[in-house]
Amino acid sequence: MAGEATGAALVLDEPLSFWGGLDPDKGLVIDVRHPQHGAEVSGRVLVMPSGRGSSSSPSVLAEAIRAGTAPAAIVLREVDPIVALGAIVARELYGSTIPVIVVDEETYVSLRTGAVLTVRADESRAIVEPA
Amino acid sequence: MLDDERGEAARLAMRIVVEMAGVMGANRLIDVVSAHVDGCLYHGQAGLDFAERLVAGGGKVSVPTTLNVGSLDLLHPGLVRETPERAVAARRQMDLYIEMGCRPTWTCAPYQLPERPRFGQHVAWAESNAIVFANSVLGARTSRYGDFIDICAAITGRAPFAGLHRDEDRRAELVFRMSGIPERLLDEDVLYPVLGHLIGRMAGTAVPAIVGLPPDVGEDRLKALGAAAASSGSVALFHAVGVTPEAPTLEAALGGRAPAREIEVTAEMLRTARDELSTTSRTDLAGVSLGTPHFSITEFESLVSLLDGARAHPGVELYVSTGRDVLAEVERRGWLRPLQEAGAQVVTDTCTYITPIIRGSGGPVMTNSAKWAWYAPANIGADVVFGSLEECVRSAVLGRVWRDERLWADG
Repeated sequence: MAGEATGAALVLDEPLSFWGGLDPDKGLVIDVRHPQHGAEVSGRVLVMPSGRGSSSSPSVLAEAIRAGTAPAAIVLREVDPIVALGAIVARELYGSTIPVIVVDEETYVSLRTGAVLTVRADESRAIVEPA
Repeated sequence: MLDDERGEAARLAMRIVVEMAGVMGANRLIDVVSAHVDGCLYHGQAGLDFAERLVAGGGKVSVPTTLNVGSLDLLHPGLVRETPERAVAARRQMDLYIEMGCRPTWTCAPYQLPERPRFGQHVAWAESNAIVFANSVLGARTSRYGDFIDICAAITGRAPFAGLHRDEDRRAELVFRMSGIPERLLDEDVLYPVLGHLIGRMAGTAVPAIVGLPPDVGEDRLKALGAAAASSGSVALFHAVGVTPEAPTLEAALGGRAPAREIEVTAEMLRTARDELSTTSRTDLAGVSLGTPHFSITEFESLVSLLDGARAHPGVELYVSTGRDVLAEVERRGWLRPLQEAGAQVVTDTCTYITPIIRGSGGPVMTNSAKWAWYAPANIGADVVFGSLEECVRSAVLGRVWRDERLWADG
């Protein structure tokens, strides 16, 4: 998903299912078994290996984007169509969305929670770099 | 179809299918013979806005399409205690999908309906447990579809040729060996959700092969295994060697490649996985919830037999979630009355972990479903005790958690 955004990184230790894992009203991680349970994702650059589980996650992400509680951008290690879909539909419905990108392993492991990052993506490439 | 005369909704649907094909790395689209749609469950304004947009644009499905659960029980009104605003929105969300020509099946177990996909057929199914069942047990082919793309595929009749539609992506990458697990435990229903939970945790998005399950393991057990693995991980296909249709042998499941990893499952690993499914060690009990995914007719048979005329304790709410088609069969067999007399409340069209049904005293809720145990704490704030069906039933009758210590003992 194309776009540009800047925010403080939140690196998740495990994949997160947005459905059952993210409260789109508050922008908080609500999966009690997730290592980052309670963390706020709103406005952050959310870094996670991939999504997980539920096929309802696109609705929750689209709703978070609509409600303004979504992460500023999502950085994945693996392509996850379910994550991309929420962002695509938010763009179709509301004309606004967030960048979702996939990075290589070397880049992925270099990302640290708290670092302020800029994510830039267009049709040909996607980069994440210190802001 | 991007400039198709079928209208704005068909164009929007095709635009999304094509864009998703790009994300999924597909270079072409394929026809699908049916769809199962999860988007009818209300999650907030965005999902409703999307369905309204499609209906306003003349959206109609072009292939037979079943519906997953909504957030209301239309057969038992009053059971779901939503705010009036949410109930109106949830109902609208369900109605919009019927308007688009979907069948109001309202079940997360469409594979229990008489018409189900055949081996090798391409379908577009959403709902993680239905996806893993279709791929693994039926040998049909579906990617992990979810909200939005499910109805887009149903409207266009097309899906990206990627992921589990392709032979290459269906080969097992991990092998779980069960040779260290006693045969006695392999013959317990409760093993299967726990094993699925363990596999989901370890496999993530990979395709696992399981070696050493009994060749006659039934669909209910495979359902429980898949649902658990699709909750704790993103497993959308597993192969059970000698059981599931694409795995007559381990070599066939692996498709001629070496696995990335082989895991010898131990009783200790299973006990750890079992313990992870409970969030409390309390033994008081407010409720028991069965039927996630929706209870099958054979599971009802076991329940009626285990209850054997006993009544649930007055302090324990006993719920069984199922599809309305299965409920009709339960009634036909004369099982509904004994269930009601036992204090069981049948829930249809929805499920107890996605919508406020359990009144509860705030006490723990027991379940035999790893999927319920995984999601309910976050979704409805329940403390969960995981157990076998028999443990659940005896606990419901006693009014407190009852454990069968022999189940997980060594040897």
